[in-house]
Amino acid sequence: MSIKLLAGTSKGLIVLINSVNNDWKIAEVYFIGLPVSFIYVDERTHTWWVGISHRHWGEKLHFSLDEGKSWQEANIPDFKNYFYRPGKPATLKKLWTMQHAGVDKPGCLWLGTEPGGLFFSNDYGKSWELTESLWNHPSRLNDNQWFGAGKDFPFIHSIITDPRNSDHVYIGVSCAGVFKTTDGGKSWQPKNKGLVAAYLPNPTAEVGHDPHRVLLCTINPDVLWQQNHCGIFRTCNGGESWDDVSGENKFPYYGFALAIDEQDTKTAWVIPVQSDEIRIPFELKLTVCKTTNGGKSWTSINQGLPASNTFDLVLRHAFVKHKKTIAFGTNNGNLYISDNVGESWQLISHNISTVNCLVFS
Amino acid sequence: MAKIKFTSALKRFFPSLSETEIEGRSVKEVLYNVEKIHPGISSYLMDDNGVLRKHVNIFVQGDLIKDRNTLNDLVNHNDELLVFQALSGG
Repeated sequence: MSIKLLAGTSKGLIVLINSVNNDWKIAEVYFIGLPVSFIYVDERTHTWWVGISHRHWGEKLHFSLDEGKSWQEANIPDFKNYFYRPGKPATLKKLWTMQHAGVDKPGCLWLGTEPGGLFFSNDYGKSWELTESLWNHPSRLNDNQWFGAGKDFPFIHSIITDPRNSDHVYIGVSCAGVFKTTDGGKSWQPKNKGLVAAYLPNPTAEVGHDPHRVLLCTINPDVLWQQNHCGIFRTCNGGESWDDVSGENKFPYYGFALAIDEQDTKTAWVIPVQSDEIRIPFELKLTVCKTTNGGKSWTSINQGLPASNTFDLVLRHAFVKHKKTIAFGTNNGNLYISDNVGESWQLISHNISTVNCLVFS
Repeated sequence: MAKIKFTSALKRFFPSLSETEIEGRSVKEVLYNVEKIHPGISSYLMDDNGVLRKHVNIFVQGDLIKDRNTLNDLVNHNDELLVFQALSGG
């Protein structure tokens, strides 16, 4: 079966197929004209899930059991009778990410949203329940610990299930940090030791961090990486402590996108941004940085990428890897793919509007 | 009975949507009855808490409704309701 690349853009879901020799072509477009907020392919059932963020009609959730040939609309989670703060009703702002709850929990899904709600479904999306243990976590109710970052409210953008034990789940929240449950969501503990929040009076606060993207190495699930607002971090002990593995002279340091190798816990890629204040490619040069030694050193890869006067940003869910193929899409509608593990890149399209997310299927 | 019309943009998601005669003494009651005919449409018009979405407008007899939070604007016999999307950029 040939691999497909699903691109969730601000103007629809674009499906690309690879016929031969990295010759990627657009095969289908779904939800044309509508902003796609997330895509998730459930490896257990091969169901495609898509979040749509309508300008007028709110957030919607759709799924396909036949790779896009037909779509059904699922129920969306809601915050009815929940309060963001006392006296301030919570309202669903955006669907950010989905993750199955484990191969031993068929039909069970996690869904991360703004404003900071983690929902659970045990009937494959027919109904959703807010995870109250997290919603009622004392830190979430503290304006100094959970707060919006570029959005009005905090949002859960990363959900990771430990493949060894589905009761062990990590979430990444901007802004709050990384939280972990080891009892299937009954309780949550912050896992932010070693991170830096340079924008806080206390940069080493327990909660209040901004992990832009968090990924887990399935070959050794104690190893996780994160591209953070304040650098790149890696843990080898399941989040008990994080090491700053940013590059020398803060290159790479700031950015949103992160990809890791499926087989090598020390290999990862990031796409550096100049800084928080100046959100352009580092020195206007679109560059992918790679490490093969756990972040001790980074090398730049530029082959096939524009060398100057480039203003493209790669959003947090728009950088993905599958075996030898790596792809990223930009906010300017450019899509780059490498079929040689990132050693060189090919521009596939520069007209597909803002790429919010990419997923291989 | 009131009469309700919808922006054509909603027909993409509810193909059978059309001008309808419907019961209801308030906007809330009218929309409740619309939901019975077109299940799911409420979530397109209102948020989790039943508040009219920011970029949705409802007019009764040509006037924008005043109560966007609880939709208690009165609807009289033979009134015409229009459900529009607000203009937005992008």
